Amino acid sequence: MSDPRTSGLIEGASGDWEIVIGLEIHAQVISQAKLFSGAATRFGAEPNSQVSLVDAAMPGMLPVINRECIRQAVRTGLALGAQINKYSVFDRKNYFYADLPQGYQISQYKQPIVGPGFVTIDLEDGTSKDIGIERLHLEQDAGKSMHDQHPDLTFVDLNRSGIALMEIVSKPDLSSPAEAGAYLKKIRTIVRYIGSCDGNMEQGSMRADVNVSVRRPGEGLGTRCEIKNVNSVRFVMQAIVYEASRQVDVLEAGGTIALETRLFDPQQGETRPMRSKEEAHDYRYFPDPDLLPLEFDDEFIAAARASLPELPDLKKARFEADFGLSPYNAEVLTAERQSADFYEELLEELAKLSGKPAKEVATRAANWVIGDLFGHLNKAAVAIADSPVSAARGAELLQLVDDGTLSGRMAKDVFEEMFASGRSASEIVAEKGLRQVSDSGELETIIDRVLADNPTQLEQYRAGKDKVLGFFVGQVMKATAGKANPKVVNELLAKKLKG
Amino acid sequence: MSDLRDLKIAEARDGLRRGEYTSRELTAAHIEAMAPARELNIFITETADQALVMAEAADKRLKAGPAPSLTGIPLAIKDLFCTKGVRTTAGSRMLDEFVPTYESTVSANLWADGAVMLGKTNMDEFAMGSSNENSYFGPVLNPWRAAGSKDNLVPGGSSGGSAAAVAAKVAMGALGSDTGGSIRQPAAFTGTVGLKPTYGRCSRWGMVAFASSLDQAGPITRDVRDAAIMLTSMASYDAQDSTSIERPVPDYEAALSGDIRGLKVGIPEEYRIDGMPPEIEALWLEGEAWLKDAGAEMVPISLPHTSYALPTYYIVAPAEASSNLARYDGVRYGFRKPGTGGSLSDMYEATRGEGFGAEVQRRILIGTYVLSAGYYDAYYLKAQKVRTCIAEDFRQAFESVDVILTPTAPSAAFALGAKSADPIAMYLNDVFTVPASLAGLPGISVPAGRSAEGLPLGLQIIGRAFDEESVIRSAGVLEAAAGFDARPENWWDSAK
Amino acid sequence: MSVDKETLVKVARLACLRLAAEKLEPLTDELNNILEWIETLNEVDTEAVAPMTSVVETDLRWRRDEVTDGDYAADVLANAPDVQYGFYAVPKVIE
Ligand SMILES: [Mg+2]
Ligand SMILES: [Zn+2]
Repeated sequence: MSDPRTSGLIEGASGDWEIVIGLEIHAQVISQAKLFSGAATRFGAEPNSQVSLVDAAMPGMLPVINRECIRQAVRTGLALGAQINKYSVFDRKNYFYADLPQGYQISQYKQPIVGPGFVTIDLEDGTSKDIGIERLHLEQDAGKSMHDQHPDLTFVDLNRSGIALMEIVSKPDLSSPAEAGAYLKKIRTIVRYIGSCDGNMEQGSMRADVNVSVRRPGEGLGTRCEIKNVNSVRFVMQAIVYEASRQVDVLEAGGTIALETRLFDPQQGETRPMRSKEEAHDYRYFPDPDLLPLEFDDEFIAAARASLPELPDLKKARFEADFGLSPYNAEVLTAERQSADFYEELLEELAKLSGKPAKEVATRAANWVIGDLFGHLNKAAVAIADSPVSAARGAELLQLVDDGTLSGRMAKDVFEEMFASGRSASEIVAEKGLRQVSDSGELETIIDRVLADNPTQLEQYRAGKDKVLGFFVGQVMKATAGKANPKVVNELLAKKLKG
Repeated sequence: MSDLRDLKIAEARDGLRRGEYTSRELTAAHIEAMAPARELNIFITETADQALVMAEAADKRLKAGPAPSLTGIPLAIKDLFCTKGVRTTAGSRMLDEFVPTYESTVSANLWADGAVMLGKTNMDEFAMGSSNENSYFGPVLNPWRAAGSKDNLVPGGSSGGSAAAVAAKVAMGALGSDTGGSIRQPAAFTGTVGLKPTYGRCSRWGMVAFASSLDQAGPITRDVRDAAIMLTSMASYDAQDSTSIERPVPDYEAALSGDIRGLKVGIPEEYRIDGMPPEIEALWLEGEAWLKDAGAEMVPISLPHTSYALPTYYIVAPAEASSNLARYDGVRYGFRKPGTGGSLSDMYEATRGEGFGAEVQRRILIGTYVLSAGYYDAYYLKAQKVRTCIAEDFRQAFESVDVILTPTAPSAAFALGAKSADPIAMYLNDVFTVPASLAGLPGISVPAGRSAEGLPLGLQIIGRAFDEESVIRSAGVLEAAAGFDARPENWWDSAK
Repeated sequence: MSVDKETLVKVARLACLRLAAEKLEPLTDELNNILEWIETLNEVDTEAVAPMTSVVETDLRWRRDEVTDGDYAADVLANAPDVQYGFYAVPKVIE
């Protein structure tokens, strides 16, 4: 049986079913103020304190658009390789809800700011796939309702009300939970790269509405269900698996799928219909008469484009081509802009210190960053931006290994110390006198003594017990307090024992 | 001190500067008149104490040196404009207890120029109406009555309270708002001057929204000069309103040169509607003659989509209103009624079902319907296309004329209840005012004559966008020629 | 197009208006009269006409990204019918 998480296939009693997935990602725009008001967007303030009269929909209040939100939407559209619409329209989406103060959400409906584009996702089997983006539009966030604070009241906080969101709508091109996960991660990577959204799913600055349907292979699209506001990559994948199987069960039992909005319950690992959205909605979209159409020129787009950093796909390709990195290493290093920047800085430093071309030391540097550094950062839950070991100091450490000053073993210990204390490798080496002994004369004297001190083991070795070699290496290392160059020790020992 | 109430704003401005009286005296005279005028139900909220404080501040300012024209002038404010710390109801039960923590831009401009607030005037609920009978606070009575009659008449609407306040000389001028005729039609019904500026000339910030693409604030005054003075103060560019236009505000009073020689005045044939009373037709012809005498040239023009203006308006305005009024849900302010089922939607439905009056509900229903799935294209989109045609009619007309002369309303003020049973008959009141509203153009109503029953009738002048100056100039000529100086008898003050 | 009672009920629900049962009949008639009247617009050929977007000829103004507003929860809550611990309180919503 194939795993539906990666195959996107569900084996039903009556045959196979394909899963068809589309994602609507809501990404909170990074801006100081809200989309249509001057209130702050900061996270975690006192209830209703970051609310202007506009956000509370007081009578007579009017929206005025925030330039930065327009710019961020355009930058994001450019990063998605999408069409930028120089003319777009804000519409009102009318519905009643406790945390929607105006009774409508200002959004974009028929004429969004960003049109079709695509992103490429990399799959675990090494292949990649282009996922179509249908559109990106700007809209207001709603407030926050709290249902569990009081037995028969819901509490409403409008701090989020009016914050700018980019809704990024994919085409239904995703055919497995794994693809959906990879897509969500990719979008997250891109918006974080360009700084248009912090991608923080726990705080709700990025969340996804997941559209799921199933169909027989080769057939047209089935009826979809929309799972609202799923807030982690893992939950998105779990929700799809559950929902698709549910739909298959319904269909195989002869039932039909109702077009509905559902919630994912992470505790139960299941989706269920949203009671508050039971009634079929008719949003009565129409152009917001308080706002004129949004227009800008090529110059504005060009400036937005000029402000974009190198995007992850290009960076990854460059890391592979210029540094000879494996696709895996390149992928991991470019997943976050800060990691890639760190790596490049380290590599440049290392090339300088070693006098070697970057390509020659690149893989070694990549392995160290991904293995040692990321391992420690993860364990300590520290972001790379706050790494106690800077790129320059990492390069210095690697160079100390390359020039034979430190053994690999010693380097690991020194790194521990660097990570804990924030001091440089050379400081630690100097303080502890940690210089690897590679001088063969010096080592030969020690080896002779070790052999002389251990006649029994020497006897055993000569009798053909090769394993005893390790014992002698250990003794030499002990005698040098770990400073002996293990490579030189091995060579010398082998020569002596043979002779 | 009733003579102080006979003064126009321009006269009082000069008298105050000459020290003939103080703003406190001027204000007190008007406050005194407010009590008997309660009979007319003009004010929803009176702010006499605040008025006196403002008047005293104005007197200090006048003493200190040069002060803006409106310094010390007592005004009435339509209860559609949010006033900081003063209840603002929009004529609705929904906002019965609403006290804004902010001041509308337009009223703030007036206070910055030293004007004095007497109170908040009654109006049709959420500015929806043409008779002021749709107020939660009861109808306003027109100070005018037909000759020899004791029957009460409507003052027009929705700025009925503001128009009545000026006509009854309870306020020297009043703030109104006009969405489809709500300043001009009540001005015509009460023998006052009502000016609706170009859409975007006055900020909509802090004015309770009815139909966002049409709403405009404007003055109601005793004469054209006073309207020009008030507009100069009210108008501003406001960065808080995306539809406010950034262009300098002229001194509109300076436009009153009295010289309209060579001015081309358009006479639209389509305004000669079926069933128009002969006295309205006659007045219109008289208006043409007055302007011609002053050296203007009459040019017959065609505005072919005129008859579609009202149906267009009754799609666009309710559609926008249905959305603008969605915020009245009993959560953040205003009336709240817990529903019988105890759920949030029960609360919404009960709150809105009881908080809004019949006409507001009717328009919300129409607006919701024309925007709903399957009907949007047939109604709303269609109406917005016809609106383009209507604006285009005017654009073409203004290639050959400078202003357009029409009647303001198809009749004089009518009796209370006369049209309340038939919404369409009521809507037809705005047949001459709605087209300019849809095109965003400035329009003014000037009292120009009287009906056979002795009731005031108005003529309207429509101008190009942002050409309030030509509108004001020709209105001034019309006003001088008409010489309308009749005033209603003070029947409501039993002490008189 | 004409409205029947069921449509009116549906529209009223969309608009969150509770209509008394006895009002449905007369309101349906009223609305149909008004709709019939506004449908005269169908006489106008608008084939080549663009819908009005704004009567003012101007560009949409953009605000700078600065925090200039907010931080007055007391004002925001001043008129609320039910405030609890700084939140607006409404009948419990079950999602
Ligand atoms: Mg969505
Ligand atoms: Zn959305």
